[in-house]
Amino acid sequence: MSAILPVKLPIDKTTKNQLRRGKRRQEFVAAKRTKKRLTSRGATAAALVIAVLWTVPTFGLFVSSFRPAQEVRSTGWWTIFSNWGLTLDNYSEVLQAGNSQLNLAGAFINSLAITLPATLLPLIIASLAAYAFAWINFRGKNVLFIAVFALQIVPLQMALVPLLQFFSRGEIFGFPVVSAISDAGGYSQVWIAHTMFALPLAIYLLHNFVSEIPADVIEAARVDGAGHGQIFFRIVLPLTMPAIASFAIFQFLWVWNDLLVALIFADGAVAPMTKLLAEITGSRGQDWHLLTAGAFISILVPLIVFFSLQRYFVRGLLAGSTKG
Amino acid sequence: MSAFLAWLADLPPLVQVPIIILAFVALVAAILFFVEIAPRKGTVYTVIRLAVCVAAPLLILVAAGSYWWAIAAAAVLGGIFFIVDFRSRSGAGYLFQLFGFLAPAILLLIVGLVIPTIQTTVQAFMNSRGTEFIGFDNFVWVFTQPEAIRTVLNTIVWVLITPLVSTMAGLAYAVFIDKSRGEKYFKIMVFMPMAISFVGASIIWRFIYTARPADQNQIGLLNQVVVWLGGTPVDFLSVAPWNTVFLIVVLIWVQTGFAMVVLSAAIKGVPAEQLEAAELDGTNAWQKFTNVTVPGIRSALVVVLTTISIASLKVFDIVRTMTAGANDTSVIANEMYTQFKNFEQGRSAAFAVILFLLVLPIVVYNARQIQKQREIR
Repeated sequence: MSAILPVKLPIDKTTKNQLRRGKRRQEFVAAKRTKKRLTSRGATAAALVIAVLWTVPTFGLFVSSFRPAQEVRSTGWWTIFSNWGLTLDNYSEVLQAGNSQLNLAGAFINSLAITLPATLLPLIIASLAAYAFAWINFRGKNVLFIAVFALQIVPLQMALVPLLQFFSRGEIFGFPVVSAISDAGGYSQVWIAHTMFALPLAIYLLHNFVSEIPADVIEAARVDGAGHGQIFFRIVLPLTMPAIASFAIFQFLWVWNDLLVALIFADGAVAPMTKLLAEITGSRGQDWHLLTAGAFISILVPLIVFFSLQRYFVRGLLAGSTKG
Repeated sequence: MSAFLAWLADLPPLVQVPIIILAFVALVAAILFFVEIAPRKGTVYTVIRLAVCVAAPLLILVAAGSYWWAIAAAAVLGGIFFIVDFRSRSGAGYLFQLFGFLAPAILLLIVGLVIPTIQTTVQAFMNSRGTEFIGFDNFVWVFTQPEAIRTVLNTIVWVLITPLVSTMAGLAYAVFIDKSRGEKYFKIMVFMPMAISFVGASIIWRFIYTARPADQNQIGLLNQVVVWLGGTPVDFLSVAPWNTVFLIVVLIWVQTGFAMVVLSAAIKGVPAEQLEAAELDGTNAWQKFTNVTVPGIRSALVVVLTTISIASLKVFDIVRTMTAGANDTSVIANEMYTQFKNFEQGRSAAFAVILFLLVLPIVVYNARQIQKQREIR
């Protein structure tokens, strides 16, 4: 599992309000700095130490990836000023590295081709289901919703192998149902697998947002003659767009950073970067000039997403804990 | 569908993306269209409903390349569904709409999670090729083999250390930087590892841990520190049992940011009046923290602890990339994959079931909580 799953535990109402209050205040923290500072000098120093400790590893990787192979092999990156030298050769070399079927440049393309559909598909399917759970009454709704909620903590490991067999044989409990999907090759297996695995959390989180739309709005649309199709497309979808966007960031990072699903469902020429990098780490574990450059390429896209959409990222993370 | 997917697979990767997305959006648009016109009255709409009820399952199975009897059965079921829907107490077309919204998600969940979970559970009691029932032999194997016991113990160590340390570090950091100058930038620095993949994080930390012979320059930062302090370089990842701790450091590095962001928001939500009241009573900073702030953020703390516990139970990528389970560092999720790769399906499934059983108490807790909340509403 990736680290970036939003909080998914329900919490009581007071805490919910409290977190929401905190979130709001957090955004105005700059304006309120004039308030008296509660932190002492020692605390600030301790914070500085932690911050440096947390940043140095990534910084070292970044510096090393630009140093000539010979230097990386023989001296530490902290001696860069006494052993000066910068180069882009590591990057051009690592993009060509890989196995007989695939190099890292191809794996980068694969990562993109896997991640984009695997982000959009589950979101659309989940928002349809979330709408039904929020605004259509039917018997057994609560039970079904709790069942979906509970599914999100079934470990992926429980589903991987049987799902792989289903893809390759098209059988359920030994009965043939559909033709084998894996015969088609390509990304279809990974797309479908990621879509399935994302659904429980996506349905749960989006339901929280969809159900918070005021009932009057939905009712007004219904009176004006809109059916469920129109209400969903013209009212619910636009209103929940911010929530969908913040979950989309998580799903994007989740799929981009995933290794487990890729190991099982993306073989050979369709493998994403995480899988190829893990492979290179195993086969050329001491070629640090390649590993550092390769790792930096793979974390570049998530870092860009993170820094440009940081506000939504934090908001989405807190949404999981503040919505109940 | 196989033909479509096979055709798709031959295109350049980045061309496949818009095509699959467009095809999917068209499908959803069709669902929304039929859902919209479903409840309308009149013969025309009834006929359209009947046509869709019969044709949709039929076409889906034809596209999936199913067998003629399955296709026929699907069409008949569609017809029955139409009749049930037609006589529905909430009016004709009601069930049709409900089905249109829920069916895609429920179908995928059943095929992708529910059925596989059942199959894995059954598999755990079968032999390596899944042909013979062997009772609890796989579990007996797990709990008698020294290596397998080691795996389970390691997982327990992960779950004990990671949530506690990262929550405490995150809490301390959140308190230290609260209302300080440049709080935003402080946060970004610790939060950034969350965006990095576990594979990337593993490479970063393997680089930190690299060891060179004592007579050469060190290129791993940690060993350089050891040398500066007058020690001899250690190969951190091969010395059991401490290597597990060095792997855990990576997960802590990633998860502290998460704990920090959630707890920081919770701390800012603690009412200022309570803090001021405590101040008037003459408490010092530490007393204020333990007696006002911590009780105030209790439930956020529980959320963070449980979430990180689940993440550390399922940890796989870090172990796989850094040691692949060598030198007694394996964990359950990694061993599950290794056994699968060795064609030991029964044992692999047994590990998956053990993992599930370890996560289960948290599921029950969650389900209870959500049920309580729904009752309150």
